[in-house]
Amino acid sequence: MMSMATTIQSLTAKDFKTDQDVRWCPGCGDYSILAQVHRTLPGLGIARENIVVVSGIGCSSRFPYYTNTFGMHSIHGRATAIASGLKAARPDLSVWIVTGDGDGLSIGGNHMIHLLRRNFDVNILLFNNQIYGLTKGQYSPTSEFNKVTKSTPFGSIDYPFNPVALAIGCDATFVARTLDVEAKHQQDILKRAHAHKGTSFVEIYQNCNIFNDGAFLAYSEKASQPEETLFLEHGKPLVFGANKDKGIKLNGFHPEVMNLSQNGISANDLWIHDENDLVKAQILARFFDNPSKPNHLPRPFGVFYVNQRPTYEELLSEQIESVTEKLGEGDLDKLLRGKEVWEIK
Amino acid sequence: MKAILEAKESVVIKFAGDSGDGMQLTGSQFTNEIVLGGSDIATFPDFPAEIRAPQGTLAGVSGFQLHFGSRKIYTPGDEYDVLVAMNAAAYKANIKRLKKGGTLIVNTAGFDAKNLRLAGYDSSPLQNGEGENFRLIEIDVTRLTRESLEGLPLGTKEKDRSKNMFVLGFLFWMYNKKMDSTLNFLKEKFSKLPDILEANIRAIKAGYHYGDTTETFTTRYDVDAADLEPGTYRNVMGNQATVLGLITASKKSGLPLFYGSYPITPASDILHMLARHKNFGVKTFQAEDEIAAICSAIGASFGGSLGVTGTSGPGMSLKAEAMGLAVMLEIPLVIIDVQRGGPSTGLPTKTEQADLLQALYGRNSECPIPVVAAHSPSDCFESVIEACRIAIQHMTPVIFLSDGYIANGSEPWRFPKSNDIPEIKVAFAKPNGNETFMPYQRDEKLSRPWALPGTKGLEHRVGGLEKENITGNISYEPDNHEFMVKLREAKVEKIADYIPEQKIEAGPDRGRLLILGWGSTFGVIKSVVKELNEIEGHAVAHAHLRYMRPFPKNLGELLKRYDIILIPEINNGQLIKVIRDKFLVPAKGYNRIRGVPITKTELKEKALEVLMKSV
Repeated sequence: MMSMATTIQSLTAKDFKTDQDVRWCPGCGDYSILAQVHRTLPGLGIARENIVVVSGIGCSSRFPYYTNTFGMHSIHGRATAIASGLKAARPDLSVWIVTGDGDGLSIGGNHMIHLLRRNFDVNILLFNNQIYGLTKGQYSPTSEFNKVTKSTPFGSIDYPFNPVALAIGCDATFVARTLDVEAKHQQDILKRAHAHKGTSFVEIYQNCNIFNDGAFLAYSEKASQPEETLFLEHGKPLVFGANKDKGIKLNGFHPEVMNLSQNGISANDLWIHDENDLVKAQILARFFDNPSKPNHLPRPFGVFYVNQRPTYEELLSEQIESVTEKLGEGDLDKLLRGKEVWEIK
Repeated sequence: MKAILEAKESVVIKFAGDSGDGMQLTGSQFTNEIVLGGSDIATFPDFPAEIRAPQGTLAGVSGFQLHFGSRKIYTPGDEYDVLVAMNAAAYKANIKRLKKGGTLIVNTAGFDAKNLRLAGYDSSPLQNGEGENFRLIEIDVTRLTRESLEGLPLGTKEKDRSKNMFVLGFLFWMYNKKMDSTLNFLKEKFSKLPDILEANIRAIKAGYHYGDTTETFTTRYDVDAADLEPGTYRNVMGNQATVLGLITASKKSGLPLFYGSYPITPASDILHMLARHKNFGVKTFQAEDEIAAICSAIGASFGGSLGVTGTSGPGMSLKAEAMGLAVMLEIPLVIIDVQRGGPSTGLPTKTEQADLLQALYGRNSECPIPVVAAHSPSDCFESVIEACRIAIQHMTPVIFLSDGYIANGSEPWRFPKSNDIPEIKVAFAKPNGNETFMPYQRDEKLSRPWALPGTKGLEHRVGGLEKENITGNISYEPDNHEFMVKLREAKVEKIADYIPEQKIEAGPDRGRLLILGWGSTFGVIKSVVKELNEIEGHAVAHAHLRYMRPFPKNLGELLKRYDIILIPEINNGQLIKVIRDKFLVPAKGYNRIRGVPITKTELKEKALEVLMKSV
């Protein structure tokens, strides 16, 4: 046991790299996410062999090939369903699902919502680039309205999903958002996601520099980031702006932007972030305006909501234990015999 | 007047009533008492897809057919000796198949003006002379049941629910049967509802005594115990035997059983029954859809469980892509298809054998999957264990085919002792020093190692993209792809070395006519061949396939020993296509696609026609 523990502690990001060439386009946001995962995994105290990365289909879903753990690159949209069966069968494993906006919210949308409500203890990393990359540039279920793509030359008339609001609507027990270029923030969120017992839903804004370059520029550029983003911290007031001079106040159920430099307004008057407050999380999830809209709210990043509820695999194991206690360990001969038999001599 | 006891060799009874009349329960309880008396039996429940179709209409008729006897019984029978019709619609739907001179028991209350109108009669067929062809027994079951329940604190509607028990009691009297098992069943079922229990017991006894005391009936029938092989027997339904087989395979392999499924007729009972056996460590998962059901089973298999999913035709269509993934991953998986009438929603509660080609070929690209088919309710046990064995030992998904008739039908089963069932050996991959693990290295069976997450040194990645031979890395090399396609095919064909040779079920081992069957046509072929050979002096052979892919190695040679091969199927000709393609023999088909089993009469007629034509 000692040596095993030492081995786990001495793991580094390098140990999680594989010998396969990473084949994402140069400049893709996926590289940063891969690096942050590789930097985070060694610190989690789990042996490599006890980690399984399951993905579906899409650019992001190549992820398992680049991570030296057990892994499965499955079929389009089904990573969530495969991971559910794996976790039900093997609660001892640390299961990570890598999916995208098309894989996880379009073709795999059904499995996604059911995984969230069942609350298996797995981590979902949803790479959201608001476009189909692998099929070369069609709009996705998170693409903004009126988006011009190969399949929508006159603009998309699909209304987009708000992934965080969707997850909260499914009674997900951990909902967070982070950004590919924010290395430190990503690592913090990944650690929190791992620590949470239950399904962790992490939306990662990821730039596709080939088919949807700059989709999240407002949130990543030095110039605009302070005004356009709101980094959430549990127990802290909602403050943003280059000079930390703006804050959000809740007027009833209605969020309002306050100017802290104005007379009489201080951080004490602001909305204090509470990760365990479902109603407030739902309001935060709706800070979703397009940055070009006048008087829009900043886009929140961080942990929106956390709740504790038994996991599916715990309940399943407990039920098996309690039934076995009640009925006794199954006796195959008794089972084959059934209730009523007769003899032929 | 004392009733005369008449001995009968075999009897076919059909219980028919409204789908709310409890005919399925009546049939299954009658079956229990019959088998406990030692007779052989074959049953055929036949019910509408609607849970409660409009009362009194033809669409709402639910039936339970059973054939029992003192000799070996292979089919539920073509024609009825006894028809119990609870109303005019049940009469109309079934009277054509009642033998001339057969016994017709009717509930007169079900032939009132309203019921006649709903069944489309202007006047009662019983009074039109139709009844004269039969031994008509008219009982006002509704009134007699109500009277027998007088004083019980139940409403008329609730009292009327016990009508089926009155009829059952009457039948028990008619066939000289005990009813202990049924009384125990009722006591268990209604242990928390004392009034309902009392009503059912009173009704069943009232029915029995009615037969005993009325002077209307002069003949009772007695069917002796059948001449079955010595041993201990129980009654078993097909889905039940499938469940027992899955749990047995789990115990014998030491692999925990994981069953991912989405409710679908007629496969749902497998989920229901497995869910009750959690104390065998069984994990059941009612998934959100058919795709999630198979994918969850793939996930469980990847983790080292015996992953199983079960469905019927429409669900098979939805699972196709995931089956392809399992073929690429080369991991064990059992896919159960309880076939029903199709295409699309088709005939959900009726039987068919039309998913064979889908099982063999219904996936994108070259995607070979072994297929095993059960031939009777009790055979589901052994066949599904075989499916599990092949999946585990050859690292492949396996399709197990059953059908609605087998699934819901029942028969006596000389069940085995667990010690007599062979172990299923499982070998998980072990790390080999510092050597890099090769997930697509193969053994003599051409199967790859099963490497479980949690095993240090075996970290590896698998997926649906084409694999490089041995390393399992992604490969787009043209030659590698062709090699891998042929390798996956060869691996499945190699299973033929690990299954028994095809045997002749009955008849000569070479000659004029071989009837080749698969699946649920077993019983009818068996009884037709028996009659042709033993009574009419023909020499017809019968062979029945369990292994549909790969075929037993000797099949081609076996087929060439006969002049004519006749293949009866409940589809439009599927096995016949494969046989002709593979062995270039001019097989003839006999295809009925009516949602019901092929009858003995029609198959015998066809066999005789083939024999005569080829003289």
